[in-house]
Amino acid sequence: MLLEIEDVSLLYGRIQALHGISLTVDEGEIVALIGANGAGKSTTMRAISGIRPIATGSIKFAGEDISKLRADLRVRRGLCQAPEGRGIFPGMTVLENLDMGAYTRRDKAGIAQDLARVLDLFPRLAERRKQAGGTLSGGEQQMLAVGRALMSRPKLLLLDEPSMGLAPMLIQQIFTIITEINQQGTTILLVEQNAQQALARAHRAYVLETGRIVKSGTGADLLHDPSVKEAYLGVA
Amino acid sequence: MTTTVNPPTPEQQEGIGVRLRHGREAVANRWHHAPRWVRWVLLAAVIVFFYALPNKEFYQYLGPIPTPGANFTQVLFTVSIYVLLAVGLNIVVGFAGLLDLGYFGFFAVGAYTVAVLTSPSSNIKTLWPWLLVVPIAIALTMVSGVMLGTPTLRLRGDYLALVTLGFAEMIRIAAVSSDFLKGQRGFNQIPHPPGKYADGKPFFGVLDARPYYWLVLTLIILVVIGVRNLTHSRVGRAWISIREDEDAAQLMGVPTFKFKLWAFASGAAIAGLAGALFAGKQNFVNSQNFELLNSIIILAAVIFGGSGNIVGAIVGGGLVAYMIERFRGIELFGVELYEYRFLFFGLVLVVMMIFRPQGLIPNRRRAAEFKDRRKEVIVGE
Repeated sequence: MLLEIEDVSLLYGRIQALHGISLTVDEGEIVALIGANGAGKSTTMRAISGIRPIATGSIKFAGEDISKLRADLRVRRGLCQAPEGRGIFPGMTVLENLDMGAYTRRDKAGIAQDLARVLDLFPRLAERRKQAGGTLSGGEQQMLAVGRALMSRPKLLLLDEPSMGLAPMLIQQIFTIITEINQQGTTILLVEQNAQQALARAHRAYVLETGRIVKSGTGADLLHDPSVKEAYLGVA
Repeated sequence: MTTTVNPPTPEQQEGIGVRLRHGREAVANRWHHAPRWVRWVLLAAVIVFFYALPNKEFYQYLGPIPTPGANFTQVLFTVSIYVLLAVGLNIVVGFAGLLDLGYFGFFAVGAYTVAVLTSPSSNIKTLWPWLLVVPIAIALTMVSGVMLGTPTLRLRGDYLALVTLGFAEMIRIAAVSSDFLKGQRGFNQIPHPPGKYADGKPFFGVLDARPYYWLVLTLIILVVIGVRNLTHSRVGRAWISIREDEDAAQLMGVPTFKFKLWAFASGAAIAGLAGALFAGKQNFVNSQNFELLNSIIILAAVIFGGSGNIVGAIVGGGLVAYMIERFRGIELFGVELYEYRFLFFGLVLVVMMIFRPQGLIPNRRRAAEFKDRRKEVIVGE
């Protein structure tokens, strides 16, 4: 197992956001975490990337217990999150943003290689390389966030709502790219409100409801599960 | 033949703020595209100008620039101290984005360290020479910065502003009321920096402020070179990423706490240096030198000049300190303008915040962040 989360709960002040979540991600997989607004998807991501401390439970990454490890050190272990929405650096250019993604690395040749790869995956970013991140469109910012996370050459890529606020055409495109990244050898855990797309692309998925995991299975199984269909796919 | 009247372009319609910006951008562009040697020559000319400035033979030809109501050389020294402080605070506020409302507290720590360790009126009477104490003062301010920063920099936003505000007040109150720090009576006979002319007269005397000004000017240049190198390094990138989005910075593997502490401590060290210079020049330090207002003025100066831009901080610190002194001795309709200096200062700040929130000479990135935040506000509505 690349990532093993056991019985993790997390508090925001007095409000308990996660109630004993357990999930696993195996090497080479795409695993999706779906659920309604406020179900705790993004919170789970924050717990894994380490920007919110967990109250109980354990998080293991590549066999090592990282429950108490600082967020920046988790990045060095090979765990990188693309934050949701506007989590890019608005005043830095596209290239500077991507360069920040490689902050933990010092292998110049490898960085240059990964930069070429990211610009190849996202031709839009290549066109706008000198433009400030804040001036990009929502879709472009999303691509930049994903590209920037890739620059750390993560073993596990965490994607928080990669399709949020995007036009349907762009959603298709970003999921195609996610699949491509996965086929190039990066394991992916992604959080999505767009359950249809996420389940279709994921090997396995978990359904989150009010801070608890209520269902899990292969993407295809959940896609055809009647209760999932009703609750998340908008099919009666 | 018919003449057509062109409709105003969007640029013409957008008004003065935009035109000002275009004007500055044009200047900035010309600067960036000028050949290297031209830039060096201009820079050298500016530096020579400022070294020459405190000489009467030179400044008497400068028309309205010398201050009518105060000794111009003394004013220049004060201004140079403010510039040094602005450069230091710019690291904290401008680069790392940490709101420090008590920056002058570190200046006080520096000045008092020198006073306590050198002055004969001090309780401990070590009577050390000034030069020996300067590094101690810098180290102590850095330590106080780390002590203050360690618990507070883990928190976000407003907490730091409040704690730093409290810190500066604590220092002031301690200075007023503790016997060790001598209150209003203060410390006298603080030694000057060392150095003698060929004829045995001390280089740093009591009457002539020029040597002190030159010393501070030289230190400003050195500090600016150091800060510039730092901002172009990994440290600088880390600071800027923290300012722009702390969570994202952490998610990219930047040890945010460590770098915030570094920014805070470096800023404090520069303020400590400024305090030591001030004490060495003034000869006398008491509790009246460290009002809270000074912290606010320096912060305003940095924001006024263009937070995040070293040149902006220099211009801001210089202009603000100079303007305040410039009002001295001017009467209008029988009213001494100096009395109303903070009214003018406040007005200028309000006007600035409306038309040019990013400052006179903003940082390119900082300007983009402002635009981005504005967008966010509109989305949020």
